Amino acid sequence: MELLSGAEMVVRALRDEGVKFIYGYPGGALLHIYDAIFTQDDVEHILVRHEQAATHMADAYARATGKAGVALVTSGPGATNAVTGIATAYMDSIPMVVLTGQVMSHLIGEDAFQETDMIGVSRPIVKHSFSVQRPEDIPEIIKKAFHIAESGRPGPVVVDIPKDMTTPTERYEYEYPKSVKMRSYNPISKGHSGQIKKAVDMLLAAKRPVIYAGGGVIMGDASQELIALAKELGCPVTNTLMGLGGFPGTDPQFIGMLGMHGSYEANMAMHHSDMILAVGARFDDRVTNGTDKFCPTAKIVHIDIDPASISKTIKADVPIVGPAQAVLKEMLEQLQAAKSTPSAESLKTWWEQIEEWRGRHGGRYNTNDSELMKPQQVIEMLSKVTNGDAYVCSDVGQHQMFAAQYYKFNKPNRWINSGGLGTMGFGLPAAMGVKLNFPDEEVVCVTGEGSIQMNIQELSTISQYGIPVKVICLNNQSLGMVRQWQDMNYESRHSQSYMKSLPDFVKLVESYGHVGIKVERYEDLEGAMREAFAMKDRMVFMDIAVDPFEHVYPMQVPRGSMRDMWLSKTERT
Amino acid sequence: MRHIISVLMENEPGALSRVVGLFSQRNFNIESLTVAPTEDETLSRLTVTTIGDDRVVEQITKQLNKLIDIVKVVDLTEGDHLERELMMIKMKANNGTVRAEIKRTADIFRGTIIDVTPNTFTVQLVGASSKLDAFIEALGTANIMEVVRSGVSGIARGEKVLSV
Repeated sequence: MELLSGAEMVVRALRDEGVKFIYGYPGGALLHIYDAIFTQDDVEHILVRHEQAATHMADAYARATGKAGVALVTSGPGATNAVTGIATAYMDSIPMVVLTGQVMSHLIGEDAFQETDMIGVSRPIVKHSFSVQRPEDIPEIIKKAFHIAESGRPGPVVVDIPKDMTTPTERYEYEYPKSVKMRSYNPISKGHSGQIKKAVDMLLAAKRPVIYAGGGVIMGDASQELIALAKELGCPVTNTLMGLGGFPGTDPQFIGMLGMHGSYEANMAMHHSDMILAVGARFDDRVTNGTDKFCPTAKIVHIDIDPASISKTIKADVPIVGPAQAVLKEMLEQLQAAKSTPSAESLKTWWEQIEEWRGRHGGRYNTNDSELMKPQQVIEMLSKVTNGDAYVCSDVGQHQMFAAQYYKFNKPNRWINSGGLGTMGFGLPAAMGVKLNFPDEEVVCVTGEGSIQMNIQELSTISQYGIPVKVICLNNQSLGMVRQWQDMNYESRHSQSYMKSLPDFVKLVESYGHVGIKVERYEDLEGAMREAFAMKDRMVFMDIAVDPFEHVYPMQVPRGSMRDMWLSKTERT
Repeated sequence: MRHIISVLMENEPGALSRVVGLFSQRNFNIESLTVAPTEDETLSRLTVTTIGDDRVVEQITKQLNKLIDIVKVVDLTEGDHLERELMMIKMKANNGTVRAEIKRTADIFRGTIIDVTPNTFTVQLVGASSKLDAFIEALGTANIMEVVRSGVSGIARGEKVLSV
């Protein structure tokens, strides 16, 4: 058997796991590992400019592929800089393996230079963590880390590696385990057939059913099964922010996103439904609004791989624990084998009602109240120019909601955003992580002038590796979502929500060797955007001036029911 | 309602902190907590008593089950069970009347005097938490110098066992 040092084992194990890229930043505790990286070509290391970006790159790769991304950061500040990225992945159940350097074992607990208790710091935001105590355990720990990160309800796993576990002169027999078994961790592989039967009976009897599908459909690779089931039932489908793309955005059965900034028709349909089939969604507070007023007439079937997500905020009438793909497949089989079908007549009445709602509001916005472009127009143009096929990596704020509402996602895994944690600064490194792995696909970062400045240093990484992402910056010179809340709840006292001293983004990106395009008039938008996307091998930053007074609508009225919404600055349901 | 939750977990470094962290992170209440290795040295047995409605306790057991180091979780209060807690209580006992009173009460509660000095008695008492509370109430707090309680340990009655 081959003899390898701990450092070499780390890199070899990653190779044997099939990892192509790792994203990281070196430091004292990692020097042995970085030396082992230097002497091989199987795993390519991408040097970021800040560790947070490394975690977002790994995270976005995972969102696009379903496989765990890998970040490598040093002890102390390297590890703490990764914390936001780990929490981002945790909140959205994204598989990720974060290798953190640690000071030598004998120094742990002595407040050594660049020491942080990373196992302790990361504990509430990881699915699990490992601290390497013996170098010979490294292959098994790494195998377990990937297994835990990717199976069941996915999540980030931290592996903390003290420097003396990687000493180059100490060598051990290396063999990468083909599989691992853990008595305390056995993720479920199928749903309970009896429970699925109950759900099928309810679906057949329902008069006003809605499918409410979330990120579990994306991460559980269940989009095809969801589409097949929805087609069989003929019922409306709404997606959560995390679930967009899980059902085609241009399909007539799709009624838009639901929740705080969900479509009028989706929120109305939920509120008036008599049966909700929730798939891989967790009844988050941004979806349910006031839980005591939530969908008063609906029976709820809740499919989730994590039993703790079921009946956490909203009680399920029929809980089904299992992976979305397997459960939906069995549900469809049972449905097709059933003797009856859903009542065509009630379904017709239900759709007439939904179409009436859709026709009444249906995502319109006013383009006449400002000289400036509307952010919605920019997203609609982006959707048109990229045919709804691009990987859209978003930052956080108004632009994120506009992208979610107006970009028509037809495929899963292409809408990449920080939904749960709401991490500003996520978009650019996320786009980089996707583009590196999908060089032939269009990858866009939709951002604002606030978010982009939270990880703007990565323009340098983009130069180093030639990562031609396109940045669509909706520049409203203010922290738009904060400003919107201040308009609505604080009599427009814009406390700290404006951006003074913005850089000239065009000149800024040019200084890194990229292309900058400034757009101020809607007439110029399509041409400029087509020009940007025609530059296949260049990173292009589009600085687009948009109306700073625009709000995101609909917006649910706090603590109301799902149907209580502001539809514009003056209209309420 | 008060629940006694029994947990079997891997005897790994950091496992206990994951359990304790979970309770504070998710705003669950801990009344008492005990933990020690079992006859299988790879496993630890942890007992936590908590107060919460059904929804909260369901969340507690589900969230505990999600922790990778945890092998099994059972809410003992769902079935017939035994609970025991050990208390050592040090009291001022500096005159004959008080000494006699403590001795008599300890006997009634089937406690044992395990340390004696001219001015103090230390009594050991084992039982359900409510029995220990009752002992303190019976003696009054005036003479109590120090109380140490182990926290609750519990086990199911009959043939039911918590094991791998």
